[in-house]
Amino acid sequence: MVEPVLDVRGLTVALPSDGDRANAVEDISLTVAPGEIVCVVGESGSGKSVTASAVMGLLPAALKPVAGEALLEGENTLAANKTRLRALRGTRMAMIFQEPMTALNPVARVGEQIAEMLEIHTGMSASERRARAIEIMQMVHLPDPEKMIDAYPHQLSGGQRQRIMIAIALVLDPALLIADEPTTALDVTTQAQILTLIKEMQERRGTGVLFITHDFGVVAEIADRVVVMQHGKIVEQGTRDEVLMRPQAPYTQMLMASVPSMTPPARTPVVGARAIDVTGLSKQYGKTGLFGDGRVVLAADDVTLHVNKGETLGIVGESGSGKSTVARCIARLIAPTAGSISLHGTEIATLPEARLRPHRRKVQIVFQDPYRSLNPRRTIGLSLIEAPVNFGIPKDQALASARSLMELVGLSADALDRYPHQFSGGQRQRICIARALAVEPDVLIADEAVSALDVSVQAQVLELLDDIRARYNLAMLFITHDLRVAAQICDRLMVMQKGVVVEHGPTGQVFRDPANEYTKLLLEAAPGRDVTFGAGRAV
Amino acid sequence: MATATLSPGRQTLRRIFRNPSVLIGGTLVLVIVLMGLFAPLLGTRDPSDISPKDRNKPPGYETTVRDYDGNKVPVVYRLGSDTLGRDVYSRIIYGARISLIVGIAVAAISISIGTVIGVIAGYFRWLDGIIMRIMDGLMAIPAILLAIAVVSLFNAGLASVIIAITVPEVPRVVRLVRSIVLSIREEPYVEAAITAGTRTPLLLVRHVLPNTIAPLIVQGTFIVASAIIVEAILSFLGIGIPPEVPTWGNIMAEGRSVFQIFPHNILYPGLVLALTVLSINMLGDGLRDTLDPRFAKRV
Repeated sequence: MVEPVLDVRGLTVALPSDGDRANAVEDISLTVAPGEIVCVVGESGSGKSVTASAVMGLLPAALKPVAGEALLEGENTLAANKTRLRALRGTRMAMIFQEPMTALNPVARVGEQIAEMLEIHTGMSASERRARAIEIMQMVHLPDPEKMIDAYPHQLSGGQRQRIMIAIALVLDPALLIADEPTTALDVTTQAQILTLIKEMQERRGTGVLFITHDFGVVAEIADRVVVMQHGKIVEQGTRDEVLMRPQAPYTQMLMASVPSMTPPARTPVVGARAIDVTGLSKQYGKTGLFGDGRVVLAADDVTLHVNKGETLGIVGESGSGKSTVARCIARLIAPTAGSISLHGTEIATLPEARLRPHRRKVQIVFQDPYRSLNPRRTIGLSLIEAPVNFGIPKDQALASARSLMELVGLSADALDRYPHQFSGGQRQRICIARALAVEPDVLIADEAVSALDVSVQAQVLELLDDIRARYNLAMLFITHDLRVAAQICDRLMVMQKGVVVEHGPTGQVFRDPANEYTKLLLEAAPGRDVTFGAGRAV
Repeated sequence: MATATLSPGRQTLRRIFRNPSVLIGGTLVLVIVLMGLFAPLLGTRDPSDISPKDRNKPPGYETTVRDYDGNKVPVVYRLGSDTLGRDVYSRIIYGARISLIVGIAVAAISISIGTVIGVIAGYFRWLDGIIMRIMDGLMAIPAILLAIAVVSLFNAGLASVIIAITVPEVPRVVRLVRSIVLSIREEPYVEAAITAGTRTPLLLVRHVLPNTIAPLIVQGTFIVASAIIVEAILSFLGIGIPPEVPTWGNIMAEGRSVFQIFPHNILYPGLVLALTVLSINMLGDGLRDTLDPRFAKRV
């Protein structure tokens, strides 16, 4: 067998005494062979990033490795002193991070940042460094490296910045590349390109890659071997196909069953009454004329849609496509520039705030970030009764229905006296759904409502949303960037790009037979689209 | 887990009282406040009582004076006497009252006015430009020049001094509150309250304003400290509180002409002033570290 580039044996990292468990990671053993991509997957808090930081010697001071070793080409990095670690980083091991914007220095040219690695670790002259920087930029397929080398990070797109990060990481040809969620902040089409690039680099240079992710689509796309972590321990490891298709551990089986399939289930069209009608909706940011700076962005352009009672309409698109703008216009959190929004025949697009207020209860919204959606200073009960009390329902009655709503969303009614910080992300999202239901809306907008959740929790919240949609005959507008989620929950689908609706049709049809080029591109870029997770389960 | 059931506010209180800067600074501030409150009980004499025979005596000087019944009573000038034979110790103790009144009044007034203006500027975007340009204008006025103007328009006195110090402080509070409102109004829980039909005034009081409390407490301590210093400067320059009123600035101003021979007139009020400002700033730093975790990590 080939000598592994990384051999972690029995790694244990202790948490401070006030942590929620004794060890951040416990007895972790894994290997990465040269030219192999090992994916570490797990939900938030499973200890996957701690493992990576421990190997790199980048653990925060509060976390101490207490047992085990991390052998990088035979040398234990846990025992290395600061000077030795500094020499190893960059030359023998390198790391790329999730946020390409914050990982690059905004006031230094990208070429300087690549050359800096060479300056620290090699004796190259300035002109040699520049030549080498251009060379590596070519290798990561950045367009026109001679020009781009003098650009600042803000002048590049997210994908280009991540390519620069990869160039910095690989310029000294390290044996091990650690990638910590490197594509999580990127759009799906950019993500596909970056994954291809990492794969290409690893094949061409024989770099061992330790790839940390929570996205099983990405795992399916890129991994040779997979390590599944839960609560700081490894629950299963094996080859990609073993773990994804024939998982052995119950936890892995549950995770695989939670990954939404790319194949939409058969659906019968919903022919309820129209709940909401939107015609020619546009939203323009920026001003022209005397006080404007002349820069105008058309975030949504002539969007027309309707949602029937009991139906789920999905709006999918990448960041900046205008999908959230449409949702926020419909919820009248922002005023549309043009167009009409009709709720049961009432035009709400242009109503001033005072006359709009009675209509607000009909459209409710669930936001993406469960940690910011509830006022941290108010108890759950106060948050739940705020809207009903505003609309004239007596407090006792509102509290009584809040109790039954809590049970409806699968939480205990006693929780009303507690504060948001005492709940997990998934529980908070359930509370937000309960809050939206408290005023018995006609239209429920879910704006990336499951995007911030771990996959197992995501599956439960999706089920809950679908359940309440059916129970209350709600019209649901489901905004997401995740095609898998859209496939499972939406009756109809709208694809947006740069503020314009480019495709619209029943979900099954859009997935099977996309008419628009951009839709095809999106579907092709979805990671792991050909893999059926946890096979044996009927899809 | 006992702490988990506490409200976020109570947890913060717990953290505050475990911070050493808060404890030390807070204790010192408390001592100075008590000193001002209980000035008559601390072995002091009338701070304005003139004694021509006991002028410029050194600290610890003992003598006797006749009281109103004509009896001789012993007195000690603990920190010496000034050029009019007044007891420096008593004047410093009573002076704490003025300093604290000025500091607290300036902080209270500038925070009240600044919060209202800041919320309006942050929440009603169309007013923002106008309000902030006016605030920029106010910030350009130095407190000392303004004090000279106010004192020459009205009478020199406590009210004029408080007004003169408050005006340039208001824009600082406005900026702070506005920036918090600008970021909080984008929070999903505020938007959720909008879709819940909560009226704007209630929305501001319930969801936006509580976020300004912690930064304002911190800012408030710094305003108190700087107001005390500015008041002392104004008095020292003779454009603040009238000279017959004992304030730390006035004591130093009167001692200035003879300070090379009798330094105690400047030394002791100066020390007390420095200690007061230091302890208030310590309290403020500690509060900032506990109330605003972003700053704590940066240290």
